[in-house]
Amino acid sequence: MYTLKIRRFDPESREAAYWKDYEAELPPERSVLDGILQIKDREDASIGIRCSCRAAICGSCGVKINGRSALACNTRIGDAAERARDGAITVEPMGNMPVIKDLITDMEAVHWKKVRRVTPWLLPAEEPPENQEYIVPAEAMLDVTQAMACIHCGACVSSCLSMEVDPEFIGPAALAKAYRFVGDPRDGEHRERLEDLAEDPHGIYDCTHCFACVEVCPKDVAPMDQIMRLRRRATADYEIKDENNGYGHEQAFVNIIEKWGTLHEAQLLPRSFGDGSLVKGQLRPSGAKQLTENLPTVISGLRSGKVKVRKALMHPKLPDQKQVRRIIKEIETKDERLELNLYIIGEEAGEPGATPVEEEPFTSEGRA
Amino acid sequence: MKLAYWPGCVSRGFTPELHGSVAKVAPLLDLELVELDRANCCGAGVIAEHNQELVDALNARTFAMAQDVQEAAGMMNICSTCQGAQSECQSRLDADPGYRAEVNSHLEPEGLSYQTDQRWWNKNFLWILVEEIGLDALRAKVQRPLEGLRLAPFYGCYIVRPSKRLGFSDHPDRDRYLDWVIEALGGEPVDYAGARKCCGFPVITMNRATSLRQAGRHLADAIDAGADALVTPCPLCHLNLDLQQPAAVQYVERDLGIPVLHLPQAVGLALGLEPKELGMDKHVVSTRDVARKVSQLAAA
Repeated sequence: MYTLKIRRFDPESREAAYWKDYEAELPPERSVLDGILQIKDREDASIGIRCSCRAAICGSCGVKINGRSALACNTRIGDAAERARDGAITVEPMGNMPVIKDLITDMEAVHWKKVRRVTPWLLPAEEPPENQEYIVPAEAMLDVTQAMACIHCGACVSSCLSMEVDPEFIGPAALAKAYRFVGDPRDGEHRERLEDLAEDPHGIYDCTHCFACVEVCPKDVAPMDQIMRLRRRATADYEIKDENNGYGHEQAFVNIIEKWGTLHEAQLLPRSFGDGSLVKGQLRPSGAKQLTENLPTVISGLRSGKVKVRKALMHPKLPDQKQVRRIIKEIETKDERLELNLYIIGEEAGEPGATPVEEEPFTSEGRA
Repeated sequence: MKLAYWPGCVSRGFTPELHGSVAKVAPLLDLELVELDRANCCGAGVIAEHNQELVDALNARTFAMAQDVQEAAGMMNICSTCQGAQSECQSRLDADPGYRAEVNSHLEPEGLSYQTDQRWWNKNFLWILVEEIGLDALRAKVQRPLEGLRLAPFYGCYIVRPSKRLGFSDHPDRDRYLDWVIEALGGEPVDYAGARKCCGFPVITMNRATSLRQAGRHLADAIDAGADALVTPCPLCHLNLDLQQPAAVQYVERDLGIPVLHLPQAVGLALGLEPKELGMDKHVVSTRDVARKVSQLAAA
């Protein structure tokens, strides 16, 4: 017997949302969705939930279980009970989107609108070959298979901590979808797509790198990793010097590590505002403006005694800094970037007893 | 217990009080720390976004140095971000021998090599407190239980997500350790919405509004839940929650003003050290009220 504490809301009743406890009786390996459907069947048919395939394929039954975004059909009720507080499994509608009724959220208002924002279709470079299909080498598509696994359940959108404070953030699902085309060799507008997403203040540089979407995705799409791939393409391949300092921040960081080996925080800000360059960051008007905005923080840091003027100006190099510099140079001057995607090779590959991967195990991303 | 010790960049940069308090607390916990003073930055997620092989090589270099420390039980870090960034690299290095060999080839000129070894680990101070020292042993060392202090845990994203990569299959409660440690120190862990959310630091240079709205909201939630202070194992979170706190006020349009302690400072207070020895006078948001409460606590 399991207790499910379900969040109820009916806009027509004109009453505020409330929690109500229900009992479900089924074995622990059955799903939370099975529990809800049993309650609907036996106790209260008015509970609203969207569901269809019951097998984590259609992506309809996204909810929050014990506060965590998940598919109800993909969560064992026994496991949910173990993580439940006070013995009751809480089930509530997904976050970051309006609620239509009970556990049903408005996917159109947030999720689909954002997906459409990224032009979710192929924009080929040229006319399709006549009377035949596009031929793409299978390896060229490996890189986007992870993004293609998305079933649009909205779990990542629901958990997104950036969207929580900035509802305009394009968000994890839509940006993963964007990578699906930026990583597709048939698409002819990679640069335009990346420029658009890099310059949008709510685009790829509005992701706070919190892993919430990676944690909840039932299909291991790892949307945040796809956002990082978009950033990598935008900076390393297309050198898009965006107004949001995305390019600047990345360059600043790498340049600092190349010079000193550890992070020289005092230079991160001015360099970020100048595409990685300290001088540029201080001289260009936008850099100077942003530095002024940060002045109160600098002053309170100095006043507290945690930041010393000397420390802000001087930063020691590592004893073997030439080794760090050599490694950076060796890797940065390679013709192709190496990327090991555990989604493709399997996370268990390296564990004892697992079959070692014999073939070329990693994919290389070509440079533009 | 002897440990290879990676202090990270920020603990020796803008949060020197963290580095100092670890130096004070470690001997009281019988931790012998061999500092990896030749090791480099973990990349903090930024180098990972720039070039994966590069970040893996840089962290393999740190791991190799740690593995060379004779008789060390493992490697300790004191930063949630280091933990996450390094665990990510370690998972790739361990997953594939061919890839590992390729990455190790960059370390060869220095005579270094990272070896996959099931027994070798890299753990944050928080994990070491619970898994290596143990809460009972920690409790036994407490000289001054932090009774009446309401402490809001702030974990830092990188140490709790993705759970798959952070050893949660063997240690499923790693996202509760900070609450447990606060309790073991005699304090009262505060339940509030922000404990496992993002401090906003990674986008402070790219989207100041998003960044400081996040920091401000969690601070406000902790204040509303009646916390005396936040406690965090992550110095980057500390920067956004403490150093940037005065700036966050305008983004949440309300008063803030809650001190943020580094985890080793909270441990140090309970082990009998004085706030000043732990660098608590070096914070932007005054820790005076916490210090006063602590001074009124009787020694056990």
